[in-house]
Amino acid sequence: MKSNLLMNFSVDKENNRVNVEREFAAPVGKVWAAWTQSELLDLWWAPRPWKARTKSQDFREGGSWLYAMVGPEGEEHWAKLDYKTINPQKSFSGIDAFCDENGTLNEEFARSTWTNTFTEADGTTTVSVVIQYDKYEDIEQIMEMGFKEGFTMALGNLDELLEK
Amino acid sequence: MKGDIFQAIADPTRRAILVLIASQSMTPNALAEHFDTTRQAVSKHIKVLADCELLTQNKVGREIHYYFNPVKMKELDHWLTQFKKHWEDRFNQLDQLLINLNSDSNEK
Repeated sequence: MKSNLLMNFSVDKENNRVNVEREFAAPVGKVWAAWTQSELLDLWWAPRPWKARTKSQDFREGGSWLYAMVGPEGEEHWAKLDYKTINPQKSFSGIDAFCDENGTLNEEFARSTWTNTFTEADGTTTVSVVIQYDKYEDIEQIMEMGFKEGFTMALGNLDELLEK
Repeated sequence: MKGDIFQAIADPTRRAILVLIASQSMTPNALAEHFDTTRQAVSKHIKVLADCELLTQNKVGREIHYYFNPVKMKELDHWLTQFKKHWEDRFNQLDQLLINLNSDSNEK
């Protein structure tokens, strides 16, 4: 079933934008909940072997979600999302940031604006994520980090495979 | 590596140069003919590409030939693939969560 679910991923270099679109085999109510309720986000937001752990969440315009990405060795990367606009079961947007456990911004990293749009058709929900950066170097910075994480993840998966 | 690879390919002219030399090596003159801008402007773009090793040059007799360097391009590709995989992994977990949510609500 997994392979039938469409995913689009593109980096729009001219507009400093990353576009991710993915279908989910569930009605919009459930998908919306998974993207907006911290106890559900904690279950999937971090790619394995990392885990997301919410410290606080206030899902309303002007509120924010403060969480840590916790690594297999217990290392913590804190991040937050400041919610800007919320249209229930349709879309929400926010500005992300790396920070410390108190939510104090890490100025070394660029912030980006996320706009997540949800549309349901025939019981399948498509989520479109647009991540808007100020400048292209910001995408590069995030990608380099994703690369490192991805590499760590790949090693983690290899460990699992070797245990079998 | 001096130059910034992402900065280098952010420019449409430089991407066009890469496409041209990927199909065959070219001299500066041959390359400049493909663009409306001055040779100086094309030379500047070439320098940016050479600085980040996307392009290499070779002297053949008295002429310089520019070659595409696929190794660097692969590095970039690798980044994008990893970035994409990050999202795929995340979404596969969400698929599983949604299946669990569905079975939970069916039991009620």
